[in-house]
Amino acid sequence: MEDEDKWLAEGIAGIQHNAVYLHRALDSDNLRDALKYAAQLLSELRTSRLSPHKYYELYMRAFDELRRLEMFFKEEDRHGCSVVDLYELVQHAGNVLPRLYLLCTVGSVYIKSKEALAKDVLKDLVEMCRAVQHPVRGLFLRSYLAQVSRDKLPDIGSEYEGEGDTVMDAVEFVLQNFTEMNKLWVRMQHQGPFIEKQKLEKERNELRDLVGKNLHVISQIEGVDLDIYRDTVLPKVLEQIVNCKDELAQYYLMDCMIQVFPDEYHLQTLETLLGACPQLLPTVDLKTVLSQLMERLSNYASSNPELLPEFLQVEAFSKLSNAIGKVIEAQFDMPIVGTFTLYVSLLTFTLRVHPDRLDYVDQVLGSCVKKLSGKPKAEVSKATKQVVALLSAPLDKYDDIVRALTLSNYPRVMDHLDSGPNKVMAMVIIKSIMKNKTCVSTSDKVEVLFELIKGLLKDLDGASTEELDDEDFNEEQNSVACLMHMLYNDDPEEMLKIICTVWKHVVVGGPRRLPFTVPPLVFSALKLVRRVHRQDGDVAGEESPATPRKIFQLLSQIIDALSALPAPELALRLYLQCAEAANDCELEPVAYDLFTQAFVLYEEEIADSKAQVVAIHLIIGTLQRMHAFGVENRDTLTHKATGYSAKLLKKPDQCRAVYACSHLFWVDDQDSSNKDGERVLLCLKRSLRIANAAQQMLNDTRGVSGPVTLFIEILNKYIYFFEKGNPQISPSAIQDLIELIKTELQSDGITPSWSPASDPFFASTLRYVQFQKQKGGAMGEKYSPIKL
Amino acid sequence: MNFIIEAFKPACHVSVTFADAKHRKQAALKKENGKTEMIPLFRSQDNIIGTVSVEPVPGKKVEHKGIKVELLGQIEMYSDRGNFYDFTSLVRELDIPGEIYEKKDFPFEFSSVEMPYETYSGINVRLRYVLKVTITRGYPGSIVQFQDFVVRNYSPSPSINNSIKMEVGIEDCLHIEFEYNKSKYHLKDVIIGKIYFLLVRIKMKNMDLEIRRRESTGSGTSTHVETETLAKYELMDGAPVRGESIPIRLFLSPYELTPTYRNTNNKFSVKYYLNLVLVDEEDRRYFKQQEITIYRLAESSEQAEAL
Repeated sequence: MEDEDKWLAEGIAGIQHNAVYLHRALDSDNLRDALKYAAQLLSELRTSRLSPHKYYELYMRAFDELRRLEMFFKEEDRHGCSVVDLYELVQHAGNVLPRLYLLCTVGSVYIKSKEALAKDVLKDLVEMCRAVQHPVRGLFLRSYLAQVSRDKLPDIGSEYEGEGDTVMDAVEFVLQNFTEMNKLWVRMQHQGPFIEKQKLEKERNELRDLVGKNLHVISQIEGVDLDIYRDTVLPKVLEQIVNCKDELAQYYLMDCMIQVFPDEYHLQTLETLLGACPQLLPTVDLKTVLSQLMERLSNYASSNPELLPEFLQVEAFSKLSNAIGKVIEAQFDMPIVGTFTLYVSLLTFTLRVHPDRLDYVDQVLGSCVKKLSGKPKAEVSKATKQVVALLSAPLDKYDDIVRALTLSNYPRVMDHLDSGPNKVMAMVIIKSIMKNKTCVSTSDKVEVLFELIKGLLKDLDGASTEELDDEDFNEEQNSVACLMHMLYNDDPEEMLKIICTVWKHVVVGGPRRLPFTVPPLVFSALKLVRRVHRQDGDVAGEESPATPRKIFQLLSQIIDALSALPAPELALRLYLQCAEAANDCELEPVAYDLFTQAFVLYEEEIADSKAQVVAIHLIIGTLQRMHAFGVENRDTLTHKATGYSAKLLKKPDQCRAVYACSHLFWVDDQDSSNKDGERVLLCLKRSLRIANAAQQMLNDTRGVSGPVTLFIEILNKYIYFFEKGNPQISPSAIQDLIELIKTELQSDGITPSWSPASDPFFASTLRYVQFQKQKGGAMGEKYSPIKL
Repeated sequence: MNFIIEAFKPACHVSVTFADAKHRKQAALKKENGKTEMIPLFRSQDNIIGTVSVEPVPGKKVEHKGIKVELLGQIEMYSDRGNFYDFTSLVRELDIPGEIYEKKDFPFEFSSVEMPYETYSGINVRLRYVLKVTITRGYPGSIVQFQDFVVRNYSPSPSINNSIKMEVGIEDCLHIEFEYNKSKYHLKDVIIGKIYFLLVRIKMKNMDLEIRRRESTGSGTSTHVETETLAKYELMDGAPVRGESIPIRLFLSPYELTPTYRNTNNKFSVKYYLNLVLVDEEDRRYFKQQEITIYRLAESSEQAEAL
């Protein structure tokens, strides 16, 4: 590296040294000396020791001097030599490189003088430059030629266009220069020692813009219209790209073509352009190239909706699709990631340009399936990101999962995903549905949808569930649960089908999933039940498959599945919910059956005492609201409930359950016949006894009396039933209870003197009684016997 | 101008002037002392007309046994310096024996002189034309005066002028085909051509085109050949690959060439060759030499030489 800096410094010094003499010669209008020193100055560019980067620095120095010289050449009266003679004179230089730099410089003046046809001079220059076969020197020389000729091309509207000089001449000149430069550039790769391959590649990369600039120049030529582009420029450039058989060049130049020429041209010559792709080396990064192209085209399409017919006319999609197929075939080594990047690009293109053509989308997915089949999942998993992107794209575009569901190949692609990404994808789908509040309304679609997200619904083969942490699992299952609420159809029959379909998928979920998935399904079914029930008046036919009865059959099946797992509490709740719904539908036997199930569960499965407490309260609560039962059924159930209440383990629990049972005998309804004051009182008394027993037990075991809360609670029940007009509840009973509590409180060693503040619950209860007394009227009257 | 110094001793001044000296073209001639001098230019079949002036030193007379002027075409081998071989020799008597007291002019004329060879100055040989004036005297010896002149002969464009095209190579190493547009070039001509690389397995560094002059003197066993490279023109820089073609365009005008002299009076010949030299990265040279004929084209060359 140090050596290189030294060499560069020497080169610069050489140029500066000769520049001094050159300037002197120019100042004294001495043509002969000027040519001599210019040639010497340019000889510094003959070095082989500099890397392209440093060489460029040297070149720029020389370039500046050549500008000066060119000015001098232009002024014939200063040097007294006609430009034609000058053109010969500079060719006397013995060394080829300085000679050609001078020739290009004079050539540019020659064209400007218009003493010869521009095309002849250009042709001569571009031919003569063949003499430099050294890649770096040749590239810079030709780059110089391109530079000085750029404003002298016989373009349309240019002063150099005219008789004998046409745009075609300009195009041919630039194309030829391009071709030669590319050859030199490619050759660089093969002329160094093998070990320096990487260094060479880096150096070549630094030079690529010199080559690409030619393409840019062509694209800037006004006269290059679509015809010229299609018939001349494109075929020639592609020929060069294909034939050069160099990875770097093929990639860069393809990219260059796509970037420098207008999209309109690309669209009209798509076939040719794409036709070249499979012919390139298998290692060329075509996915990037094609993705760029498709992105440009889709931007172009979206820039103006009127262009769409053009896209259709040239069959842009099928051409791209074909080309991609061929490229993938040709590049057998392309990693699967690459393949999918291509498909994602194509899909994006399709979605942007032809949003209405679902068949195109499906076609793309179909190609993916074809590509995926036979590939082990492990390999596919490397391209997970791309596949997910591929599958997400239609969802993002359509905001509407339903459209995606009509794509027959969509699930097939998903099938090839590993369980992890499969789940990710399923989540994407669900999120999309949730975000857009899409309603999935037919069982067929539900079928497809659930087929898609089956990764979430069951353990896929070979997938290990242990890896997944609970939080993620819960989130997934919650999403599925949410999703179920998005399935809806106004038609009960269809809705039932939907539910059945969902159930079919959900049922295989296993013990971890069912607790998440069953409840929403049950509620969804119950919603349907209620709806059907409401409409019952209108729908006379018993033929209808969606009768509540049938739904309940399904429901018990569903819940049954749950109770088979160790999830009895949930099952119990759901049974009760169903029972209530059955009650609303006046289906007494169904409701009874459901209750039976609930009790069976309670008896057989719910062993935990706390769970029992909760369960019994639920049972009592539900049972209380049931009105469809006949007396007999009701008695049976109530009896059971009361019995279980009294058998709870802890006394306070017993107590509370028992007083809750009191409500079972007193349905506070205008026309309810179920008002058995006696049994209410029985319950309350029983609970009072239990409370006492509890207090007693505490005293015996711990030596202290427990809190009086239970008593206060019971007091509240008394007051409630008293107010509701239960004839068995007398004011004196309340009075007694109040006194009892007061006594209890005072006997409590902890609080020697009782004050309302020490037990706020009791205090507010008393305040309530006081309030009712003072209210006057019927209520005040009723309360008046109670003395506080 | 040693002959002038010689002429100092005698008591007279001898000079030769050509009749059309004012209009006649002149050409540069390199003298033995290295200086160039502009002297009149003739071609074969020209009439050489002029005047010899003899001007005695004032107050002296020149007594002589006759005055003559000779037109000599001479070839001098440097190996045998000072020994001239006259291939042409014409004499005109100017005066009968007598005495000259004052300046006296003697007109002379050689009509349609055959001068088939051109004036040439090479490495081992030179060919010159000279007018030799001799004033014959007994004692103190004859007075001799020389006047050089240059002869150049023009050729018409050859009616047949084929290109030179040839494929050469080293087996499995290097195969090239080169083409020069003509085999005969005039002095101000341009060599146009191309080199095609048919096979390249050697890493080339560069390629030059040389113009070589081969001067051959003597004959038989005593033949002496001298070759000099007059032009070295770089044609290519860097290593080409198979299929490349490199253009050749070499202007001959900057180089000091003469026409090809195939056989000058059996004494010497001058031939020209184009030597294509390829140099590889190890500085090995591969070359192929081809003879070209150089001729002097009439009109345009005349104009070019009208300095």
